[in-house]
Amino acid sequence: MGLEKAKESPEVDANPGSSLEEITELRLGLPGENRGKSGTKRGFSKTVDLDASAVGRDDEANNSPVGGARVKDEVSGAAKPPAAKTQAVGWPPVKAFRKSVMKSCKYVKVAVDGAPYLRKVDLEAYDSYQQLLAALEKLFSCFSICNYASERKIVDPANGAEFLPTYEDKDGDWMLVGDVPWKMFVESCKRLRFMKSSEATGLGPTTQSACTSSS
Amino acid sequence: MAYSFPEEVLEHVFSFIGSDRDRNAVSLVCKSWYEIERWCRRRVFVGNCYAVSPAAVVRRFPDVRSVELKGKPHFADFNLVPEGWGGYVSPWITTLARAYPWLEEIRLKRMVVTDESLELIARSFKNFKVLVLSSCEGFSTDGLAAVAANCRNLRELDLRESEVEDMSGHWLSHFPDSYTSLVSLNISCLGSEVSFSALERLVSRCPDLRSLRLNRTVPLDRLANLLRRAPQLAELGTGVYSAELRSDDFSNLVGALAGCRELRSLSGFWDVVPAYLPAVYPLCSGLTSLNLSYATIQSSELTKLISQCHSLQRLWVLDYIEDSGLEALAACCKDLRELRVFPSEPFNREGNVSLTEQGLVSVSEGCSKLQSVLYFCRQMSNAALLTIARNRPNMTRFRLCIIEPRCPDYITHEPLDTGFGAIVQHCKDLQRLSLSGLLTDRVFEYIGTYAKKLEMLSVAFAGDSDLGLHHVLSGCDSLRKLEIRDCPFGDKALLANAAKLETMRSLWMSSCSVSFGACKLLGQKMPRLNVEVIDERGHPDSRPESCPVEKLYIYRTVAGPRFDMPDFVWTMDEDSALRPS
Repeated sequence: MGLEKAKESPEVDANPGSSLEEITELRLGLPGENRGKSGTKRGFSKTVDLDASAVGRDDEANNSPVGGARVKDEVSGAAKPPAAKTQAVGWPPVKAFRKSVMKSCKYVKVAVDGAPYLRKVDLEAYDSYQQLLAALEKLFSCFSICNYASERKIVDPANGAEFLPTYEDKDGDWMLVGDVPWKMFVESCKRLRFMKSSEATGLGPTTQSACTSSS
Repeated sequence: MAYSFPEEVLEHVFSFIGSDRDRNAVSLVCKSWYEIERWCRRRVFVGNCYAVSPAAVVRRFPDVRSVELKGKPHFADFNLVPEGWGGYVSPWITTLARAYPWLEEIRLKRMVVTDESLELIARSFKNFKVLVLSSCEGFSTDGLAAVAANCRNLRELDLRESEVEDMSGHWLSHFPDSYTSLVSLNISCLGSEVSFSALERLVSRCPDLRSLRLNRTVPLDRLANLLRRAPQLAELGTGVYSAELRSDDFSNLVGALAGCRELRSLSGFWDVVPAYLPAVYPLCSGLTSLNLSYATIQSSELTKLISQCHSLQRLWVLDYIEDSGLEALAACCKDLRELRVFPSEPFNREGNVSLTEQGLVSVSEGCSKLQSVLYFCRQMSNAALLTIARNRPNMTRFRLCIIEPRCPDYITHEPLDTGFGAIVQHCKDLQRLSLSGLLTDRVFEYIGTYAKKLEMLSVAFAGDSDLGLHHVLSGCDSLRKLEIRDCPFGDKALLANAAKLETMRSLWMSSCSVSFGACKLLGQKMPRLNVEVIDERGHPDSRPESCPVEKLYIYRTVAGPRFDMPDFVWTMDEDSALRPS
């Protein structure tokens, strides 16, 4: 009933029982009255705690347990590792593709034994070993990654051949992927090679299970 | 009727009327004008793809050649809209394919586009000319290959800022050798290499190519070859602007660039090495648009470049330019209309560059035509905002982002209410405004009072109470889009201004204090609004009605509730029962 009048007097509250007076009660004082200081109560230090390691939003604005809400992967574009500062999601409002401006592109060659050509991937585009391997799975459809997190096995479903993910580091040594934290890996990796495990001497299942989980 | 014009005459008159608003006004004059107009409307713009059904559009306008659609709300750009929310173009393409065999142009923004849709486009429209996918996602280079292979009359393929699943760069080779009509190509968002020889051959055989925006993988040493094949280019987006160029490679590049006498717009410049920037100096005096927002070079290099661009109208740059560079800009680029300064390190609390409010003040003083600003900085004062407002009453778009939420005037420690108040008071034609910093309800009072031409307002971490929202909704006569996050706005203002929402395209509110109960009430009372509650914590019924919803998206529609929602979105409707997906 209130809404038919809404066109002429938008102040009419759709909620029965409240009135125009209620709204005008909330009105600020006369122009010129000093209200400025009250706003500063909600200091930003409480809202955006940049030293906390927990990633989340502080919902002082509303008293609901929204802080528990799932925060999307790109928390303001900061990398996933919890070492990133606490940021409100989507703040500052910088589009996703711009966030990569500061990242240097780190394209490395990826070779798979038996594949006719190599590919290149940008290591900076991923936040974890899991993401990298998932992307490589798409690029090289010849193998699938079985439960990398637990089994850490990469197999060719066609013939069951197992691959070991290896990489050449800055010193020119060939290393097994997964031992060092992700960031360190990105920093030192020059190229990737998926070696057929039958060719890998001295590296066996025990070495695979010794891999640390992706950081 | 003896005294009416023949239809053909009216139709001819209408053909001079291009703007949608004018066309809409024409169609309201009388029934016969409505009929005539609908048969001769050739271009349709749907600002919210859920505001109307594709069937209704084709029913009303039987012979359309150009369609533009927008999907997700603007805050989707900042990851505030969860994945899977919606914005699917597929039902539109299906309908358009059936209804408009002569469709020539499709422009989409923030929509989910599949390869199937791209393939359908490629197959269905024999005279297809323009495909613009702006901030879209959901498709791969396979879809692009279908377009390249089949659209013989394609003029424009622009993928700006879209997220494309990159299967490989081979899609470009699908343009047949007989294809020569390319005018504009923007692949700057693609990650993988395209075949350079295919690109060179394509560029060679398309004499009308005017705009070419490459992606990061095109190396600098291939650029010269491309440019020699397209000296008529007006817009160039370079690939990566770094290499180990031998001196003859470098002079080759200089020569090739200098040969492009029509070049007015430059962009790209990823990983730019300052030593190679002088290659573009000969072009500077003719440049009207310069996008250096990927150029991670220091102020002195930027200043050297910009100081030569006396015709510059648009500049996008990183905050590496610093106040000193902006002073030079103010002194040298008197034709500047648009300035965007992006943050090089947005997630650092500490500033890394000497860019303050002073830079913007300088530009506002020196550039009398400046009307569009997007400025990221770490400090601001009311005094500076007042100066800017007084200098530039012709400002139409003013978006200020002070990186720290709720940051006060750094000199007086007051809120920035009066500063933004000055902006809306002096800039009477202001169409778009984004607020930041410490703000109380007072700033909204100013906005409601003065910002009568304001069409889009973005608010974050501001205000004290419902009164703030009430001021905006009741005062801003031209408001079409309002997006709010992390503000203490709740039920009262929203419900009191329910009718206003039907005069707007949309309202977005996230991390505010609007209760589920109020959403239900609004949905019940306003059948021509879709009131969407977006909440990833599970069904709102599992919480008290007074509990605020996570996110709320309200938009006017004649299509009723949609049925393609994921399980964390509910439309409040007349039954006052939830309508789950």
